[in-house]
Amino acid sequence: MREVDPRRRVSRRSFLQSAAAAAPVAAIATGLSVEEAWAEGGAALSPAELKTLVKVARDIYPHDFLADTYYIAAVKPWDGKAAGDPATKQLLTEGLRRLDEDARTRHKVAYAQIGWEADRIVLLQAIEHTPFFKALRADLVVSLYNQPELWPKFGYEGPSADKGGYLHRGFNDIDWLPKV
Amino acid sequence: MATFDLNDDGLVVIVGSGAGGGTLGTELALKGIRTVILEAGARHNMEDFVNDEWASFAQLAWTDMRTTSGSWRVARDFPNLPAWIVKAVGGSTVHWAGASLRFEEHEFRIRDHYGAMSGANLLDWPITRAELDPWYEKAEDRMGVTRTNGIKGLPGNNNFKVLEAGARRLGYKEVHTGRMAINSEERHDRGACQQIGFCFQGCKSGAKWSTLIAEIPRGEETGNLEVRPNCMAIRIEHDAAGKVTGVVYADEKGQLQRQKARIVAVAGNSIESPRLLLNSASTLFPDGLANSSGQVGRNYMRHMTGSVYGVFEKSVHMYRGTTMAGIIRDEAHHDPKRGFAGGYEMETLSLGIPFMAAFLNPGGWGRPFTSAMEQYPRMAGMWLVGEDMPQETNRITLDPAVKDKHGMPVAHVHFDDHPNDVAMRNHAYRQGAAVYEAVGATVTYPTPPYPSTHNMGTNRMSAKPRDGVVNRFGQTHDVKNLFVSDGSQFTSGAACNPTLTIVALALRQADHIAGAMQRREI
Ligand SMILES: Cc1cc2nc3c(=O)[nH]c(=O)nc-3n(C[C@H](O)[C@H](O)[C@H](O)COP(=O)(O)OP(=O)(O)OC[C@H]3O[C@@H](n4cnc5c(N)ncnc54)[C@H](O)[C@@H]3O)c2cc1C
Ligand code: SF4
Repeated sequence: MREVDPRRRVSRRSFLQSAAAAAPVAAIATGLSVEEAWAEGGAALSPAELKTLVKVARDIYPHDFLADTYYIAAVKPWDGKAAGDPATKQLLTEGLRRLDEDARTRHKVAYAQIGWEADRIVLLQAIEHTPFFKALRADLVVSLYNQPELWPKFGYEGPSADKGGYLHRGFNDIDWLPKV
Repeated sequence: MATFDLNDDGLVVIVGSGAGGGTLGTELALKGIRTVILEAGARHNMEDFVNDEWASFAQLAWTDMRTTSGSWRVARDFPNLPAWIVKAVGGSTVHWAGASLRFEEHEFRIRDHYGAMSGANLLDWPITRAELDPWYEKAEDRMGVTRTNGIKGLPGNNNFKVLEAGARRLGYKEVHTGRMAINSEERHDRGACQQIGFCFQGCKSGAKWSTLIAEIPRGEETGNLEVRPNCMAIRIEHDAAGKVTGVVYADEKGQLQRQKARIVAVAGNSIESPRLLLNSASTLFPDGLANSSGQVGRNYMRHMTGSVYGVFEKSVHMYRGTTMAGIIRDEAHHDPKRGFAGGYEMETLSLGIPFMAAFLNPGGWGRPFTSAMEQYPRMAGMWLVGEDMPQETNRITLDPAVKDKHGMPVAHVHFDDHPNDVAMRNHAYRQGAAVYEAVGATVTYPTPPYPSTHNMGTNRMSAKPRDGVVNRFGQTHDVKNLFVSDGSQFTSGAACNPTLTIVALALRQADHIAGAMQRREI
């Protein structure tokens, strides 16, 4: 069977172009960590808030084979939205503040500093029905999984018409089924 | 290509260009009848379709506001997206997967065959399978359905091979690559399937039948058909005698126009068609046009649906190749011993990563969810589609508060599963899982229904005017020059996918309309 190479196969140039709108280019190009990429803060959110937001995003949809850059790209538009819309900004800053408060009450540290994911999940479950969590999750399920750069990592090949479909590229190449 | 005058009152005016409207308009044009199709959506070419699920959804899908209520999970997960259907020339045949099956004989007479069922509103169709068979034959030939007319079946892809192997191990007998309106070989100027795998996103190769590429251009060539894209019908008008006289619509600039008509046919899909009739209420028809029975908008059906995804140790790559060319038909019969009336089909299905994330378990998050997503290359998938029972309370109404940009009240969709639907779905989940477990699935996911792709029954056919909205030709009981030409005519939903039946009914209706016009009855 033809397997899918999980490495990024898009050219760096086209990748930067498609991701530029959503994520800090520096982080993508150099593989910097969240802190470094967003040390300056965003348009509306502080560096600490952005960092927590990325942590929350990863905790909602944890894929250990994905670098932070994908989560940054997924949540970054929120910062832009918050800059243009006070209600969004309030939703985010209050949601994040409440998470940090809950974290301090239970674990004496901010949300992002809690060591185990399982402990952070308990805090997220407690806010699962808040508008903050619901909006974030609903947005993330698109903004994370709709990044073409991440598809090969999930064994998904994306568009195929430009490659002539799968007629000669393994639409029926399964080779392990038992004979019946 | 024709252009007709707004004041021409000799035209047939059709609302909607999908399976029903696109077929009817083309067939009328071929018969020499001058026809205008008003289509709310834009016109795209095959080359413009994109192999990208969300981008394609944005290009094609009906995303105008709708509201929901009821106990179905869709109302919670997708409160403003009760249905996944198209707003574009070609209607939902641009999205559709091509599965083309005939109703069984008994599925036209469910009241008789299943008996009375509490909470449901079963009724027999005023037509029989035998009456529809010649039209099914015509439709199959026209659409190039595989396994009919000597057309060979499509080759099975990886997803089908897993389904087939599991089905055989379980002892299922009727398992094949389906009856598909997708060319397995070149036919009628359209090429063979390239196994692209984006059938839902509008086939870029032209192998898949749609009214956009296979019907409407033929109709336009005659000079008798005009299709007006970006034209949203708002209201149907009538004269003092109660005959319809034309359609008021918002054109691409949002300006209201009035197209006169000799005959109006409504084919906006089962949510929009009743919305348009209800919005056309007048002093003469206070409850909405053609609604003396009170049945307009009622008996909304969407099929018992669900999906099962099975995960294996080794790769499947289910997304490669034709999305729905694979079927198990052994559960499609009526066998009350299973604990429910009616039957269901199991059909191959795959989604790409973006849609899988949105639909696998809407609202789901955390490790259980992401662990499932990470099995993607080793997944096989099937869709469960079965007969759901018509209920009067499952219903399209005009939302009392929410209006669209033209000021027209939006459709409100209320749906509760009938206990029969739930029993059938649970059975189907078990059998679907068993199919995959028979060939070594390590885990299976019973996935809840997606927003409705099969919408049926909201202007149903009935022998008696008090039981339904239209007669055996889709002509409304109340207004003789007003027809319904889409899936909303369905009196029952059957186990199988609806489109072949919509097309067969449209061809039959065209014949009836042409005859009645010639005889000067309408
Ligand atoms: C993803 C997907 C897969 C599917 N797969 C299959 C399959 O394999 N087999 C099968 O049998 N069926 C399938 N279907 C269902 C099939 O597409 C529909 O049953 C069929 O197209 C319905 O035909 P229709 O004429 O009722 O409506 P549609 O085809 O939806 O056409 C209605 C048209 O009317 C237009 N319209 C609505 N209101 C107005 C208005 N007021 N003014 C002007 N225009 C208006 C709409 O924009 C639309 O273009 C699938 C559907 C989807 C979405
Ligand atoms: S798999 Fe076949 S039918 Fe589907 S999009 Fe590709 S060419 Fe068209």
